[in-house]
Amino acid sequence: MRKVFAMLFLAIIGFYLFNTFALIPFGKNKMNADVAASYLNSGVQKTGAVNIVTSIVVNYRGFDTLGEVTVLFLAATGMGALLFRKKPMQRSRQNASVIVKTGARILFPLIIILGVYVFVHGHLTPGGGFQGGAIIASGFLLMFMSYRTYKVNHKVLSLFETFAGTSFVLLGLFGLIWGTSFLANILPFGEANTLFSAGIIPLIYIAVGIKVGSELTAVLDTMLKTVK
Amino acid sequence: MIYYIGAFSLILIGIYAVLVKRNLIKIVIGLSLVDAGVHLLLIAIGYIKDKTAPIFSNPSLSAGDMVDPVPQALVLTAIVIGVAVTALALTIVIRLYDHHKTLNINKIRELKW
Repeated sequence: MRKVFAMLFLAIIGFYLFNTFALIPFGKNKMNADVAASYLNSGVQKTGAVNIVTSIVVNYRGFDTLGEVTVLFLAATGMGALLFRKKPMQRSRQNASVIVKTGARILFPLIIILGVYVFVHGHLTPGGGFQGGAIIASGFLLMFMSYRTYKVNHKVLSLFETFAGTSFVLLGLFGLIWGTSFLANILPFGEANTLFSAGIIPLIYIAVGIKVGSELTAVLDTMLKTVK
Repeated sequence: MIYYIGAFSLILIGIYAVLVKRNLIKIVIGLSLVDAGVHLLLIAIGYIKDKTAPIFSNPSLSAGDMVDPVPQALVLTAIVIGVAVTALALTIVIRLYDHHKTLNINKIRELKW
């Protein structure tokens, strides 16, 4: 009975989705001439970043990204509050095999280096702070899963997180002091398509990368400690 | 076109899982599927045929060769928020399991109204 109702509901939603999107042609140029086209045409001159998505996320909509980082921080804090226990539980008693352990030991530094590369080069290549942070956290997850005694120091993690979050806000405030607005790009742009270019964009992405990496690592550690 | 169909299928499968499944973990998986479907749909709307990613990595590329960057920037935000929502939902599921020792929503009587 419930399945029939669900199917009916889905049919209605699907019908209207299909009817709506039949009006939106696939693969045609629907770019907004005022917004999207101007980002593409003048983004490199105005922000110095060759990756236009990065220049939108960090520069044009930088304040929005600050809010996004705050949402992630709130989620991590909420998880910590909900899963708080006086006596933290032991992680899984199962031992990983020798192959997994050896592989994890070799791969762990490489994964961390890849994550750092991804967030340092956020203004040049696809990727950025969030992606790099997620890669770093996946490296820590590999270690958590292969060594059940592997521990991270939550004090150090929250120190990193505080440092990164504060430097993001401080960079924004510097823009307010020496530039025109909050998060204004005050540093020289340098030559486009080189590592030291785009003003404060790489600095902000490094801060975001460190913050996301430490936050997600803390989240994974909290969750794994809860599961018996 | 196939991207639209795939995105619709992901959204509808996700809603079906949320409506029909009894296991709380499967409901959270359904929410993630809806999330992924919406992301794919937004990216597919921004796609322009025969154009490339909006990165000026090569001097021969001009602004006319690129897809719409705005949906991609919005989806980047949406993915992060999706991760946060999923993580928080799973936390609440862990707490519910601790309290009721079951994941079946029919057996958790406080969830009924």
